[in-house]
Amino acid sequence: MIKLRDLCRNFQVGTETVHALDHVTFDIPDGEYVSIMGPSGSGKSTLLNILGLMDRPSSGTYTLDGVDTSTMTDNELAETRQQQIGFVFQSFHLVPRLTAFENVELPMVLAGDMPSERRERGLQALDGVGLGHRSDHRPSQLSGGERQRVAIARAMVMQPKLLLADEPTGNLDTHSGREIVRIIEQLNSDGLTLLVVTHDPAIGGRASRQLKFIDGRLDQDQRQRESAA
Amino acid sequence: MRFMDCNRMAGGTLSRAPGRTFMMLLATAISVAAVLVLTSLGEAARRYVTDEFRSLGTNLLIVMPGRSETSGMGPGSFISETNRDLTLDDVRAVRRSPNIELAAPVIVGAVAVNRAGLEREVTVFGTIEEFREIRQWTMEIGEFLPNVGMDRAAPLCVVGATIRDELFGNEPPIGQWLRVGDRRCRVTGVLAEQGTAVMIDVDEAVLIPVVMAQQLFNSPGLFRIIMQATSRDSMDAAKRDARRIITERHYGEEDFTVVTQDAVLSTFDGIFGNLTRALAGIASISLVVAGVLIMNVMLVSVSQRTAEVGLLKALGATRQQVIALFLTEALFLASLGGILGIGVGYGVIAVLRGAYPELDFVPPLWAVGGALVTAAACGLFFGILPARRAADLDPIVALTGR
Repeated sequence: MIKLRDLCRNFQVGTETVHALDHVTFDIPDGEYVSIMGPSGSGKSTLLNILGLMDRPSSGTYTLDGVDTSTMTDNELAETRQQQIGFVFQSFHLVPRLTAFENVELPMVLAGDMPSERRERGLQALDGVGLGHRSDHRPSQLSGGERQRVAIARAMVMQPKLLLADEPTGNLDTHSGREIVRIIEQLNSDGLTLLVVTHDPAIGGRASRQLKFIDGRLDQDQRQRESAA
Repeated sequence: MRFMDCNRMAGGTLSRAPGRTFMMLLATAISVAAVLVLTSLGEAARRYVTDEFRSLGTNLLIVMPGRSETSGMGPGSFISETNRDLTLDDVRAVRRSPNIELAAPVIVGAVAVNRAGLEREVTVFGTIEEFREIRQWTMEIGEFLPNVGMDRAAPLCVVGATIRDELFGNEPPIGQWLRVGDRRCRVTGVLAEQGTAVMIDVDEAVLIPVVMAQQLFNSPGLFRIIMQATSRDSMDAAKRDARRIITERHYGEEDFTVVTQDAVLSTFDGIFGNLTRALAGIASISLVVAGVLIMNVMLVSVSQRTAEVGLLKALGATRQQVIALFLTEALFLASLGGILGIGVGYGVIAVLRGAYPELDFVPPLWAVGGALVTAAACGLFFGILPARRAADLDPIVALTGR
């Protein structure tokens, strides 16, 4: 699914060049559950941005589903983001003036789907995260855990193959966090490729494969024996 | 993205910030209203002046002494012409043209008139009965210089309605004596109230026989010869005849000018039409100002909505979609403001009509349409910069800059 070869990403800070990612190479097959861990500044957010096609590498190649992403135009990148990648953010990023359903509907609106189809699939996605009864609530009327569930429903409504989660439990209490983890792991067991960026070892440790980054380099690539068993 | 969804999203953002939206609508509405009010003012002035000229009479031709032409130092200037006066014989001569129905001489001057110790400076017209016919004046009482013609300095006069009120009060004026300059005239009639026609207030005038005016002002020259053609179709022929006849009488020199009412009318029509267009131009500057305001407010709104724009991009919105969203917003604001402005403009015009019923305030249709189109175009044009800025937002910065 994902193939990275000698991926580098440099930033110019003043006169200094910062190597946020330094020759990173790894593959992620379809359906894998991967956690990306490391201290802040280790390059994991930069990696997530590149994997989510919101940033381009300085050098190296990123092949997604057999397509070299460096050959894509901006509009092709946007379409790939729309059709194949779901995002879940630490601070949810719901649009406050829209209801839960309208937030979930947003990617389908951008894709130009028919309103009747949007209704059906949107409510289905909300049901999937157990919020079918709260579709008319605005984010301000929902708890943190509920907001993140709406965000997951929005990420999944286009039925992507890849879900990128950036500290999905970072703003939640333990109980809601556990609920969110349960939902995305359930999605993974249905075949979705799942990448979770976190610095919480309790969350990261649950993944079947753990990538640890230090100073922009891939430091450890561990597979969990017990989950493989 | 579907067209209706784009509209719905843009409308949603606007209704979420009613204060901001209201200010931008107000700015556009005021400038569109300004275009309407100013152009209707120009249009009212145009109609007023052209109506005035129409009220002069029908199928009118006017002969003025003097020729508008450029002269200067050259061999000819040493033997150059002097303008001959227009005379009563010229009037008699043009009457021979079959295309000219009526011709009347006019002499104008300011003279003091007095009666029984009351004195007043008035405009005096020296003329004959035909002048009244051409101008289609009606009499309140009495007759207009009866049997005077162009040969006799009969001691008669006609007064306007205001003069009658001022000098005679409630006394019957017919047959009374009035001193005009150093002459004594007997009042034969009072003109019905006419109001102002082309800057001359006839109600404040005294009319005497043309020959008496020549003696009074000690000059044979006429101020104008006013003629009426037999019909509208014979206007050109009448003008040609008048020019030929008077030129012959002036020994081949065309030292006078003949203008037709239509020519004067269309000149004023043109002047005031241009005035109206100039006013429209001035007023549309305010439309541009409103556009700049929309741009500024939208730039602020883009920076307030970075997270939302970043999210849209992460969810797969293309650059074009983001631009379309913001342009739709700008277009909404501008056209809604424009429609409001038309309402406000017509409201102000209705008030003006109440205040000045003699003027006919109507905004020309081209101004209404033009203001709307210009407002929408301004909205689009000034929406481009904020829309591009939104589209250029980096989604990563937008999403992490919480």
